[in-house]
Amino acid sequence: MLSRAANNLYWMSRHIERAENTARMLDVTYRMSLLPYRTPDQAWAEPWALPLVITGLATAYYERFPSAPSSERVLRFMVLDPANPSSIYSCIQSARESARTLRGVITTEMYEDLNGLWLEIKDRTNESIAAQGISEFFDWVKMRSHQFRGVTFGTMLRDEAYHFIRLGTFMERADNTARILDVKYHTLLPSVADVGGAVDYYQWGALLRSVSAFDSYRKVYRDMITPMRVAELLILRDDMPRSLHACTREIYDILRGLCDASSREPERLAGELNAQLRYGRTEQIIAFGLHEYLMGVLDKLSALNEEINKHFLAPVYSRQSVAPVPVRG
Amino acid sequence: MTRISTAQPRTAERPAFYNEMYAEDGGVRPHYEAYAGWLEATPVEQLLQKQREADALYTRLGITFAVYGDESGVERAIPFDIIPRIIQPGAWKKIHAGACQRLRALNAFLKDIYHGQEIIRAGVIPGEQVLGNRLYRPEMRGFDVPGDVYVHVAGVDVVQTGAEEFYVLEDNLRTPSGVSYMLENRRMMMRLFPELFSRMSVAPIDHYPDLLLNNLHSVAPAGVTDPTVALLTPGSYNSAYFEHAFLALHMGVELVEGQDLFVADNTVYMRTTRGPQRVDVIYRRVDDDFLDPLAFRPDSVLGVPGLFAAYRAGRVTLANAIGTGVADDKSTYAYVPEMIKFYLGEAPILQNVPTWQLRKPDDCRHVLARLPELVVKEIQGSGGYGMLVGPAASREEIEAFRARIRQAPDRYIAQPTLALTTCPTFCDARVAARHVDLRPYVLTGKTVSLVPGGLTRVALREGSLVVNSSQGGGTKDTWVLEEQGC
Repeated sequence: MLSRAANNLYWMSRHIERAENTARMLDVTYRMSLLPYRTPDQAWAEPWALPLVITGLATAYYERFPSAPSSERVLRFMVLDPANPSSIYSCIQSARESARTLRGVITTEMYEDLNGLWLEIKDRTNESIAAQGISEFFDWVKMRSHQFRGVTFGTMLRDEAYHFIRLGTFMERADNTARILDVKYHTLLPSVADVGGAVDYYQWGALLRSVSAFDSYRKVYRDMITPMRVAELLILRDDMPRSLHACTREIYDILRGLCDASSREPERLAGELNAQLRYGRTEQIIAFGLHEYLMGVLDKLSALNEEINKHFLAPVYSRQSVAPVPVRG
Repeated sequence: MTRISTAQPRTAERPAFYNEMYAEDGGVRPHYEAYAGWLEATPVEQLLQKQREADALYTRLGITFAVYGDESGVERAIPFDIIPRIIQPGAWKKIHAGACQRLRALNAFLKDIYHGQEIIRAGVIPGEQVLGNRLYRPEMRGFDVPGDVYVHVAGVDVVQTGAEEFYVLEDNLRTPSGVSYMLENRRMMMRLFPELFSRMSVAPIDHYPDLLLNNLHSVAPAGVTDPTVALLTPGSYNSAYFEHAFLALHMGVELVEGQDLFVADNTVYMRTTRGPQRVDVIYRRVDDDFLDPLAFRPDSVLGVPGLFAAYRAGRVTLANAIGTGVADDKSTYAYVPEMIKFYLGEAPILQNVPTWQLRKPDDCRHVLARLPELVVKEIQGSGGYGMLVGPAASREEIEAFRARIRQAPDRYIAQPTLALTTCPTFCDARVAARHVDLRPYVLTGKTVSLVPGGLTRVALREGSLVVNSSQGGGTKDTWVLEEQGC
């Protein structure tokens, strides 16, 4: 298929996944902000800084707002701000713009679904969201993302286009899980004394909920929440759909199907990363340092993204030497 | 429940325009009878409901067009009217034969002016009309296009003024658009009113993309047996982007932008996820000027550097060919009846509208004296932009236009205001007469053909004669009845 189309498919699904992840993150922040444990001298006491740190948007935020993050300002910035390319609004707009160039590549149902989503969010205002209830709004974003994935899964031919869509979803999801885990790990452990305390319980619970893993945690461990287990669940468990292991396994499987003799490198990188997660052990990760470990994963994801770009999404050919491949798109 | 009355309201004055559904005595014309019976039995509430459903579907499906110069929004759904325009088999036969005849003559004309120029030497058309035209491409001289086909797709605008009176308004020979609306309108009607299709035998049009693809295959470069076809679009911000995507989808070909293609060794390739892939035939919806920055406008970012060289080397076919604009220019238009006689030795089946060339001083004087009754058009304009409809214009508008004509008379032609037929149209919860035109799409490959139908455009504003979507026009489904159905 056309590289430009593959690029648009990849980013269409990344943007929808990003909108969903942003909604999850903000929802959890909102719930945390309602907890009665805020004390002004502790860093985690202002949970509204977290979404900015996780997404790497703190600088952009301060360029836009001169004052410290507050619920009102962060929500304004992250939900409907068209000037913030990572706001939920902008992600949906970008996904829909990609979809517009993909008529004929994606199914009519997929386009209708995304176009409908765009038409709905386009008319939203901060006031109307507040009136509806912010959590209801985040649930709506999540459900619409689920719905789009479902429509994709249920209507699309399992061709190359489908695989680029799935690739985008899992690349974005892996990135998000690594980021969420990293920041929470730092901010959620204000002091050793808090470990096992009520604050800790709520905070870890919130983190798990943000990646739809709270119930799964209960099922798997049937025990109190500990950072070690959370790390295991979200990094190493193969059966957790948002864990790094599960995401990279999907990425590797997809790339095995997409790569051919001229594009082995993306497959190799994905395989290497997946093997690291597949055979890794929690104790080693903690001993190595969770933050360092997660940074390593993010770097590898970023290198993999570069290779995917180079081989599939934005290839460069010299005008003199062309060795056409005898395949029909 | 309110029902539509099909009886023509009697008024003192006789209707000035031919109504396609109602005869002068108020009765329903025979080919509309089945439909009128249905319409009369259908409550207005139900029609309103269907109209709302259609509007919602068009918006949701993103069937939109962009309006240039409109800052309010990039896209709009094109207004769709739920009352079909019905054409009887006899009338269609005439349109069909006439449109095919024109395209045979126009293709012969294009081949001639880029080769021996016999029509000029015979004195049928002045040399300066052709060779001095901005749209004449000297680069095409002496180049043989595959199958001698220059215009693979044409949109011939036909208007009707009476029972069997047809005029061709213009031949759109460059990148005519609108065919996706023809196809979508039919799909919409079948979705909204399936029962009507079982009552009436409406000729099918859905095979248009297959016909087009088949023709594109037939003009592949010599030696290519299994050609790869691609549709070249200026991109998703083009007003007709929806249509480009629609056609690519229905033909099963790649929809490419300039950036997706590159030329190496005079061969055109697409950038794909599996490496470069050769392209043999390009159905291009990009204007000549923007096709290749090396050959035409150097500032074009929509085109493909080296494309023209590959074309001239016979390594890729472009549809339509480069340089067809010289033949659909509004001043060349006047010579089409002559072309038909010259190349085909036939009498024109469809009439031209009498046209005054304002570059001729006599014509210009005549036109300036009668501006309030005439339609004046810019020779190279399209889309209903830059035109004056005398009877509908205010005095100020007429005077402003008069000044523009005086400045550059050679940029304009004028025609009498035609008494366009009207069709019943669902406006503001009632059925009212609105003016229509018809654009059938003529396809040329090994043969010249067209599907039975076309895009009917309707001027939704009461009394308006301008049907362009950019000027508040809408569309209707066009039903050509099959012979046995009458």
